[in-house]
Amino acid sequence: MRPLSFLDRDRTVAGPGFNRWMVPPAALCVHLCIGQAYAFSVFNLPMTRLLGVTGSAHGDWKLTDLGWIFTLAIFFLGVSAAVFGRWVEEGGPRRAMFAAALCFGGGFLISAAGVYAHQIWVIYIGYGVLGGIGLGVGYIAPVSTLIKWFPDRPGMATGLAIMGFGGGALIASPLSVWLMARFSTPTHVGVAETFIVLGVVYFIFMMVGAAIVRIPAPGWRPQGWSPPAQQPRLVTSANVYVYRALRTPQFWLIWWVLCLNVTAGIGVLGQASAMSQEMFPGKVGAVAAAGFVGLMSLFNMAGRFLWASASDAIGRKNTYFCFFILGTILYALVPSTGRVGSVGLFVLFFLIIISMYGGGFSTLPAYLRDMFGTRYVGAIHGLLLTAWSAAGVFGPVLVNYIRAYEIAHGVPKADAYNATMYLMAGLLVVGFFCNLFVRPVHARHHMPSVQGEATLLAR
Amino acid sequence: MASHNPSGTRTLHLILAWGFVGIPLVWGVLQTLRNAVKLFH
Repeated sequence: MRPLSFLDRDRTVAGPGFNRWMVPPAALCVHLCIGQAYAFSVFNLPMTRLLGVTGSAHGDWKLTDLGWIFTLAIFFLGVSAAVFGRWVEEGGPRRAMFAAALCFGGGFLISAAGVYAHQIWVIYIGYGVLGGIGLGVGYIAPVSTLIKWFPDRPGMATGLAIMGFGGGALIASPLSVWLMARFSTPTHVGVAETFIVLGVVYFIFMMVGAAIVRIPAPGWRPQGWSPPAQQPRLVTSANVYVYRALRTPQFWLIWWVLCLNVTAGIGVLGQASAMSQEMFPGKVGAVAAAGFVGLMSLFNMAGRFLWASASDAIGRKNTYFCFFILGTILYALVPSTGRVGSVGLFVLFFLIIISMYGGGFSTLPAYLRDMFGTRYVGAIHGLLLTAWSAAGVFGPVLVNYIRAYEIAHGVPKADAYNATMYLMAGLLVVGFFCNLFVRPVHARHHMPSVQGEATLLAR
Repeated sequence: MASHNPSGTRTLHLILAWGFVGIPLVWGVLQTLRNAVKLFH
């Protein structure tokens, strides 16, 4: 027997009586860990004073150098999700979760060595490249498994897992701060030890997920449930091969739907603290702004579950219509909250916007299942996450550069975000039309049969 | 019923699995809420 045969797909098939509600916690074990990526910035300032300890000394790393760690990790998340999608799909969730645990946990341990040796390139390779691959593989690992276990509620099931990615930062941020405080001494910052603890804890946590995850036996259905005789027009019962999906207009329309929805959200997510203080000078201080950012994290997380669950009832296309119509209206109204000085309305609008940002991520897998079937949904999802990487560049660049341009041309700071808000509203209008043009995938793209699938795989 | 099926999932397993992920998540949410209330002070 091969030493790692317990990772094989056929060893993860659930036996009779297995309760499908064991699978969401397995997925959450992975997503709660990799969601740490959103909280990586808590290490930035401490890592600028590894040598000076109480302040930056000559030879200490600069924030601009450290910013590349997160950028690399997100870049490799998108790349690895796209490259390893088919491997994840065909190898099964346990092997993928195990690989993700090794990469993500190992990335922390290598980064700890980089901190000890004070070599930033080691951290780029550790957390940025290896950790980023762990993020990408871990993100898509449980998606198709959940969809297969919950054919009656795929949106809710994937929403639960992807909610974990939002929730991971809520845990990692205070945990990291607490660990650094425990390990710091008057001559030492404590970052390396924190990385070691996090690497080990995350590896164990993710391995628990890998141990308890199961895939349903062929032909399994939830008790008392049978597929509706008449499927909705936008829900297919056929399957599309992963690389064939790239040749459909639906893939690229949904790629833009995700990219535009994420661009609109990610730009303000990174600027929320500064924006709230500059739009309401004297009313919102640094402490209140930090509270605002915390609330946004909570709504980002909750939106992932609630919107994806709602999509099971109203349909994926209609859910994205909600994001684009409501988002356009709210973005267009944000400047007027500054003019009337209503902090409450400003906060309310952005909390709804950020819930839809999260909802855009979590509704996506079920939308792809509806379009391309369940067989390769995880791999197709991986390919589509490149839209996230692209939006990660577009969003912050748009917000930062437009603000800088406005201020350079004499616009007061309190009004410097207005043009950005109107631009975001415009992007969402474009997203509305991309979503509008999504039609069922033509039958010529469907995988013909089991034999046809075998032929495609052999190529 | 699943909890009486020796080859299936016991209720205790479900509680343990959900507690394993739910407790840290609730802790994180509470920590975040504690910071967020400063917005209203």
